[in-house]
Amino acid sequence: MNAAAAVSPPAPPPLVALAAITKIYGTGTAAMRALRGIDLAIGRGEFVAVMGPSGSGKSTCMNILGCLDTPTAGGYRFLGVDVGSLDRNRRALLRRHYLGFVFQGFNLLNRTSALENVELPLIYRGMGRAERHRRAAAALAAVGLTGWEHHTPGELSGGQQQRVAIARAIVTEPALLLADEPTGNLDTARSIEIMELLTTFNRDRGLTIIMVTHEADMARYARRVVHFRDGLVDADERQGETD
Amino acid sequence: MLTNTLRLALREIRRNVLRSFLTILGIVIGVAAVIVMVTVGAGATAQVTEQIASLGSNLLMIRTGQRMGPGQTTAAPPFDMDDVEALGRDIPAVAAVAPSASQRLVAVYGNANWATMVTGVDNQFFIVRNWAVASGRRFLETELRAGKAVCVVGATIARELFGPQEPLDQLIRVGTFTCTVIGVLEAKGQSTFGSDQDDLVLVPLRTFQRRVAGNRDIGLIQVSVAEGRSTDKAKSDIEYLLRERRRITGSESDNFQVMDMKEITKMLTGTTRILTTLLGAVAAVSLLVGGIGIMNIMLVSVTERTREIGIRLAIGALEREVLLQFLVEAVVLSSFGGVIGILLALSASLGLSRLLQIPFVFNPGIMAVAFLFSAAVGIVFGFFPARKAARLDPIDALRHE
Repeated sequence: MNAAAAVSPPAPPPLVALAAITKIYGTGTAAMRALRGIDLAIGRGEFVAVMGPSGSGKSTCMNILGCLDTPTAGGYRFLGVDVGSLDRNRRALLRRHYLGFVFQGFNLLNRTSALENVELPLIYRGMGRAERHRRAAAALAAVGLTGWEHHTPGELSGGQQQRVAIARAIVTEPALLLADEPTGNLDTARSIEIMELLTTFNRDRGLTIIMVTHEADMARYARRVVHFRDGLVDADERQGETD
Repeated sequence: MLTNTLRLALREIRRNVLRSFLTILGIVIGVAAVIVMVTVGAGATAQVTEQIASLGSNLLMIRTGQRMGPGQTTAAPPFDMDDVEALGRDIPAVAAVAPSASQRLVAVYGNANWATMVTGVDNQFFIVRNWAVASGRRFLETELRAGKAVCVVGATIARELFGPQEPLDQLIRVGTFTCTVIGVLEAKGQSTFGSDQDDLVLVPLRTFQRRVAGNRDIGLIQVSVAEGRSTDKAKSDIEYLLRERRRITGSESDNFQVMDMKEITKMLTGTTRILTTLLGAVAAVSLLVGGIGIMNIMLVSVTERTREIGIRLAIGALEREVLLQFLVEAVVLSSFGGVIGILLALSASLGLSRLLQIPFVFNPGIMAVAFLFSAAVGIVFGFFPARKAARLDPIDALRHE
């Protein structure tokens, strides 16, 4: 794709396309304009870091990208589908089949083994038990947690918990992985491990990743960095080999 | 999906065993009360039915007054011997007429004394009630006519007053007079809820009227209808005759009551019905409280697990899947209550029926109904918390601490 971009063929349809997205919380004088017209297109296979100070609207934008929230105005197309026209259940199905989430706070189910946590999205896909076990074990192996399948989150370190969360996000082979400050709760060594893991998935599997972070060190792993400021895209730069 | 949901529900319940148990206690008590009520009620009814069958299907009981409810009657003039004679003479369907009058008195023999029902009868009593004398004899015509101080005692009296001694020809004091025991009735056994049929002393009617009552009133007339004759016809004939004799005209209501088997059954099961109604009310309240308890705990559970719900919704769980998860949990919880209640009720019913000496009637139908009802309580009271969970906003739920 990088080679293709160099000779500028007809652009492939982007995976996600935000057009003049605004988001307003509250009404009247108490109204808070979190997003004030975001235009952003992200193609398949990209690894995008979203940066910006708190209150810049990056979390709101992530919620909209993750189909957890709907914009007040503007168009959001995911794989060409207008997400704004989908109801709550259809958005849930979209998340189920195309999206994976990694959160700052890991958000694993307590007192539930790593394997069962990873199986969770497969259960909602209606997958059979044997196939589920096989896939979940493979996903845990991919994040380097073979042998930890039956440990509960309480028995795992923060880094390990985040690996379980990544395994849960990728086990369904999603079209897009959304990571909201995935290293926010980890020390530097653990953060680097997680970032390397994400980079590997992006490089080897072509997994599209959008990651919110406020650490420039972590943003460096991405190939494109989008800066938010006051509800608008402030800068959008490509780095690394695309430069 | 459903097996997964079920497994999940069982796991959640296991994680909070004590809390789950306390939650379902109301359901347990409610279900147990319903089943005990029905089982004991059925046992009591079965026993009464059996007793009545032993009375014979052709018995009519004529009492003064109208029954207002269990144990209550309106005041009315008593019957007399002329009524009894008229019944025997004017109603061809009547095979035997047994007048009686009774009063509670203390019977004394030696150091033993026993409060019992002293009933004045004639020999028709033995025919109408189909009741034989186990030892000794019935009354002689001369004893009846002269009002002699003789008595025939029930099996309970023989046991309580005489113990191993031979009662025949002994003297017992009944109230203020003394009489000679000339016979002992064969045992009929315990009746519903402690009323012992064998707890009675029979004396000649005239003796009773002279020495106990001091009047010639007759409280109860028992009639046996001849074989092959219609009981209903006999009943309406008796009612007609008595209205005439008691000068009740036109629309005036009867001041007496002729009871056939159906009505006697109703009278004898009166206490049972009060008891079952009471237990039924306890059961209803208990199930309601149990349901509210389940709703309460499910609401707590939804709050506690807000983050989990958020995770599930973010991963792509549909509203109805989350709803189902919590609903199944509530239903499993309340069904456990139902099962425990059934087990509790079975042992309680067994114990109670032994205590009350009534047959234990096993009724699988009521168990099924009670179980389904407990599950229904789970659905009804689990729905609101489950819907609350399903409608959570995933973003807020994920942020919840």
